[in-house]
Amino acid sequence: MIWIFLLLLTAFSVLAYVGGRMLALRRGAGTKSHSRPGQHGLYALIWVGVPALAMLIAASVFSTPIERQMMQAGAPDSVAQLEPFRREAFFADARRIGRGQEAQQIWPAPYAEELPAEGRRAHRITATLNWGGGVAALIAAVLGGLFVFTRIRPDLRARNKVEGWITGVLFACSAVAVLTTLGIIFSLVWDSLRFFSMVPITEFLFGTKWSPQIAIRADQVGSSGAFGAVPLFAGTFLIMAIAMAVAAPIGLFSAVYLSEYSGKKTRALVKPALEVLAGVPTVVYGFFAALTVGPALRVFFNGLGDLLIGGPLNGLGLYLSLVQNQMALVAGAVMGIMLIPFVSSLSDDILNAVPQSLRDGSYAMGATKSETVKKVLLPAALPGIAGALLLAVSRAIGETMIVTMAAGLAAKLTLNPLETVTTVTVQIVTLLTGDQEFNSPKTLAAFGLGLTLFVVTLLLNIVAMRIVQAYREQYD
Amino acid sequence: MTDAASPSTGVSPRTQRLKARLRARYARETRFRWYGRAAIGVALAFLVILLGSIVMQGYTAFYAHSVTLPVYMDPARIDRSYPQGANFEQIVAEQQIRRLGVQDDAEGTKAAAMKALLSSELKFQAAKMIARQPSLLGQTVPVAAPLSDDAEMYLKGQITRAVPEDQRRVSNEQMAWLDKMKASGAVRAHFNAALFTKGDSTQPELAGLLGAVVGSALMLAVTALIAIPVGVGAAVWLEEYSPRNRITAIIEVNINNLAAVPSIVYGLLGLALFINFLHLPRASPLVGGLVLALMALPTIIIATRSSLKAVPPSIREAALAMGASRTQTVFGHVLPLAMPGVMTGAIISMAHALGETAPLLLIGMISFVPGVPHAIDEPVGALPSLIYIWENASERAFHERTAAAILVLLAFMIVMNAAAVLLRRRFERRW
Repeated sequence: MIWIFLLLLTAFSVLAYVGGRMLALRRGAGTKSHSRPGQHGLYALIWVGVPALAMLIAASVFSTPIERQMMQAGAPDSVAQLEPFRREAFFADARRIGRGQEAQQIWPAPYAEELPAEGRRAHRITATLNWGGGVAALIAAVLGGLFVFTRIRPDLRARNKVEGWITGVLFACSAVAVLTTLGIIFSLVWDSLRFFSMVPITEFLFGTKWSPQIAIRADQVGSSGAFGAVPLFAGTFLIMAIAMAVAAPIGLFSAVYLSEYSGKKTRALVKPALEVLAGVPTVVYGFFAALTVGPALRVFFNGLGDLLIGGPLNGLGLYLSLVQNQMALVAGAVMGIMLIPFVSSLSDDILNAVPQSLRDGSYAMGATKSETVKKVLLPAALPGIAGALLLAVSRAIGETMIVTMAAGLAAKLTLNPLETVTTVTVQIVTLLTGDQEFNSPKTLAAFGLGLTLFVVTLLLNIVAMRIVQAYREQYD
Repeated sequence: MTDAASPSTGVSPRTQRLKARLRARYARETRFRWYGRAAIGVALAFLVILLGSIVMQGYTAFYAHSVTLPVYMDPARIDRSYPQGANFEQIVAEQQIRRLGVQDDAEGTKAAAMKALLSSELKFQAAKMIARQPSLLGQTVPVAAPLSDDAEMYLKGQITRAVPEDQRRVSNEQMAWLDKMKASGAVRAHFNAALFTKGDSTQPELAGLLGAVVGSALMLAVTALIAIPVGVGAAVWLEEYSPRNRITAIIEVNINNLAAVPSIVYGLLGLALFINFLHLPRASPLVGGLVLALMALPTIIIATRSSLKAVPPSIREAALAMGASRTQTVFGHVLPLAMPGVMTGAIISMAHALGETAPLLLIGMISFVPGVPHAIDEPVGALPSLIYIWENASERAFHERTAAAILVLLAFMIVMNAAAVLLRRRFERRW
């Protein structure tokens, strides 16, 4: 349906362009016109296409809520008395039947008889709304056309008007970025507020017990569930620390070597290779962690444990021999590998921004290259590098797939890298991919966690970018 | 001291100290250099291990084994008018063990063991043959079908006799049968075309990537249609039109921040806004594409701005001096010159969007979707989410298929990145 309307809209717009152009040529014949005929054509196209398109978009955005309202309002009593969740399912099946498809569920007696009638009603409502939208768009196009075709004259400043429209559209594109941020904040805050009305914010931020599953059954003993997020913060911190312990030294040393030591050829080979590492999707790192690194480290630690059993470190041996595939170390180490190119390319940029005169001064004093790097370059670049590392930290905190696939689900308050831990992002995925109930604290908790994640990474990013920029300007 | 003339003879202690210090400094220098080399070596080693382990785990999924068995189409057990209803697997298994000279027991356990080696695809193949040509009833005809995933794993050497019999899914007897069938030429290894021509399935031997590839393609089309025009438009406004004021400054800071927002937050946005608020269809390419578009937007804006910045002001001034308006300058002169850079940025951000997984999980792309999708408002799978789903599957044969899916995904990404690099090389321009 929508495709037919869009096709019609395109056809009308093309007609408007051609018509506007011809009209401008005819009315402007013999006189000096302010704008070129094509610009008159574009002006006509805008006035025909834009109102109609706006109508179509409005119709497709509002038709769903209107349709839902109308289905609710006209529903038979038996359906209206259903609980909301079942009622939605009933209407969904009615829509399906209205489209000539089969119902998804088998409905018991009173509803089964009402289903065909409701299906027809759903079909009528959608058809009315669709045609209504189409006709409204058509009227808008005709009105716009009438408006514009009466105005095309040689002295019409069509070019300026068209350019005004273009500027407006370009500004609207920029506004999308701001709207996205507002959308993120609105959706996170809205659902988080509902969550914090059920679970006190102090319990969420400072509670040490996390077990959202209990809340599914309201009649169960201890049904309130536990939403203390401290174990998640601890797990996130632990994995982030491991990742940074891998990424920071390797990334930094690579950057130093690439920018100060390596020749052009090495650089031309190594940089793209590191970029490949950066371009690998995180789900691939997750697979690598879960099926290669995890088992390998388990075998290693189990073997080490077996060696230690019976010796003076018997206790440690017993512990190591029982280590499982999923542990903080695996997720952290693989995440560290993922972050190496990120750290190295940012640090590389920052080292390159240090002016050559500082290096030359140091060499002139007789310092070796490594002394120059350690005593001059790194101190000079330190704020920038700190900013780069903070950006990497923010990435590590927000990273999802690797930890989801390799870190485990047990919310433990531990700093032992060989234990399974869980992170904020893992819990968001877990809470929102299982059986969900709407409005339960279990589902809404994910938005509370999302808000926390957003705020923390935003603060880190702002601080880091401030540092990086402030530092860069220093030598410009 | 002996007179074996140590090199420091006749040199003052002060020089000796200095020389020693110099040696130490040079040693530190060499060590430092080696730290750098080691860091790069470790990073590259990780890359090799990562790619190597995936290739090692995945290459076996690109071939598969089929078995061709002569089947007596027993008219007593196959209904001419409803061949789909016949239990072909049972019929074939019983005939096959008889052919191998095995006596079945009362419970039919041997036939069941043989049946476990065959894929359910056999039933559809045989039923299709009878439906097309009912005269085959009563004759013996060869039927070709894939082997089951367990049989496949044995033939590929991933289930071996080294494991105790009760801990593996293929018994010694089944292994012997497979060996015999292979020796007789009935079992044949061939390119695994099903992997590229079929949608997802619960049975690994029948599961393919096509559904997910089409789903990803639809989603990427939506993303590109939205993110590229809007992103380029925003960048053009910011770079060429925007006044230097507070609103512009807010927009700029905002875009930089958006680029660093964790991807899962975009998933939450998509869930709350597009699915729960606007009631767009869950798990559809429409919603997935919208979410990925919002995610790709800041990257495209940043890349486009930097390539617009690279166009020298003299071009703009020349156009303006000739009487062109601002818009004519931008769309007629600046943007065409910046286009290679814009395209490069767009392709790279599309490649990123292709590999993104976390937001897709939140908008519901985690459920089993068989078949191949056609429309942008029906539930689909996507390559990355399929990888996640298959990785969690318990059947062993899914592991090699997960790795194969990763190889396909990486191939797409390499093609896209190579295109970006070529574009940059081809149109690189220095002013």
